[in-house]
Amino acid sequence: MSTDGLSAPAGFRRSLTIQRRVIGALLMREVITRFGRNNIGVLWLLGEPMIFTLGITTLWTLAHLVHGAGSIPVVAFAVTGYSSVLMWRNSVGHCCGAVQQNINLLYHRNVQVTDLLITRILIEVAGATASFIVLASFFTAIGWLAPPVDLALVLAGWLMLAWFGLSLAMTIGSLTAYSHLVERLWHPCAYLLFPMSGAAFMVDWLPSGMQRTVQYLPMIHGVELLRKGYFGNAVRTHFDIPYMAMCCTVLTVTGLFLARDVSRRVEQE
Amino acid sequence: MIHIDGVSKSYHTRFGRRTVLDRVSLKLERGRNIGILGRNGAGKSTLIRLLSGAERPTSGRIVRNMTVSWPLAFGGAFQANLTGLDNLKFVCRIHGVDWRTKVQFVEEFTELGVYFREPVSHYSHGMMSRLGFALSMAVEFDCFLIDEAMVVGDRRFHERCHVELFHKRKDRAFVLVSHDPGVIKLYCERACVLVDGHLHDFPTVDAAYDFYNALPAAPPASVEV
Repeated sequence: MSTDGLSAPAGFRRSLTIQRRVIGALLMREVITRFGRNNIGVLWLLGEPMIFTLGITTLWTLAHLVHGAGSIPVVAFAVTGYSSVLMWRNSVGHCCGAVQQNINLLYHRNVQVTDLLITRILIEVAGATASFIVLASFFTAIGWLAPPVDLALVLAGWLMLAWFGLSLAMTIGSLTAYSHLVERLWHPCAYLLFPMSGAAFMVDWLPSGMQRTVQYLPMIHGVELLRKGYFGNAVRTHFDIPYMAMCCTVLTVTGLFLARDVSRRVEQE
Repeated sequence: MIHIDGVSKSYHTRFGRRTVLDRVSLKLERGRNIGILGRNGAGKSTLIRLLSGAERPTSGRIVRNMTVSWPLAFGGAFQANLTGLDNLKFVCRIHGVDWRTKVQFVEEFTELGVYFREPVSHYSHGMMSRLGFALSMAVEFDCFLIDEAMVVGDRRFHERCHVELFHKRKDRAFVLVSHDPGVIKLYCERACVLVDGHLHDFPTVDAAYDFYNALPAAPPASVEV
């Protein structure tokens, strides 16, 4: 009679099973509510980021904005750069207010605050990843983009960016549950971080003083690693993955702690 | 068993912290039931929210050794642009139930017809209520939480809810909160009275009933949270 997984004491494995099930259910619900069943439906998941990336690519190409790219074509530069931005910016963006928007779901005892956040992050990461793969394949097929030199490094850079997006989104997403102020402040921050995040430049182009400054931003190291993998020795890259990993670890722990605290404070209307 | 052990809950208001439940303790064995009587603002809904796990106690703890439902017929967790069927699937997936085995029951109980596959935003109040109740029944919980004020609808609907809950599932535990002593007397074997966040336990429903009716006529000035 007891519904499986609900009965206490629930061991760690059992909790993990429940969490997987809950996130799966939330994913399906979220995808339908956000993209609907009309026109291309779930394909908007990658359609949205693709349109963004294509827009930026066109803009940069027309404006010849990227100087000193040297051996890298603008398209290659824009696709790798802007896709990386989407990883953290969209994850955080959709986690803002996620708890308040889904507060009624907490009436289902299995649904936890972390599940709500992880669901939204997974969707954004999946969308950005799919968009990156489709665009990169397309531009490679028409000969505007050379295939990656070292796929393993590209993957490593991408995973690091995904981790960064996850940890930052957990933290900021939880913080927005404390105060709307966080959400208001995040938007200008995201806007200002974009040009500094390494999407539009390579660290090597900067004067050495500025190089050190921008390298405090964790996401830069992910983008540099990704480009190292994509373009190989055609570019000089500067990255410190242990530093980025440390930042992500701190943010992940902070995010999990905050999410737990939010679930204690949450008040239904 | 559900064990509520010294649970307090307070909320921040613009006038400082306000304690809604003050060191409440209660035990409910498997298959047993209890009615909780209280006036508006006594803390009934808060207690239900804590029992369902939608909110956490400020202090004290709640131990659940059986599965506890969300408040019966609660429709707040519905996604308006999902269909009734989508909502059934969602609830079933969350609780690890195969939704395919529940479609027939929910369709028959709700009598929604074609609307079952239409977005919930097109539903009337009564349709929402029927869907909410049916979904609560689709997951076979050990213990049901019933906020009597939440179950709205016509007499026929009430009768059918009655059959599902008190006849077909009479082996289950339940907690029923109400401001109406008549309802508690009708369904519960035991009753408590919640006054200003304090829970008074009584051996019999009649004793609780007498205590509740003897309370001062004017309820203390408090705000429903």
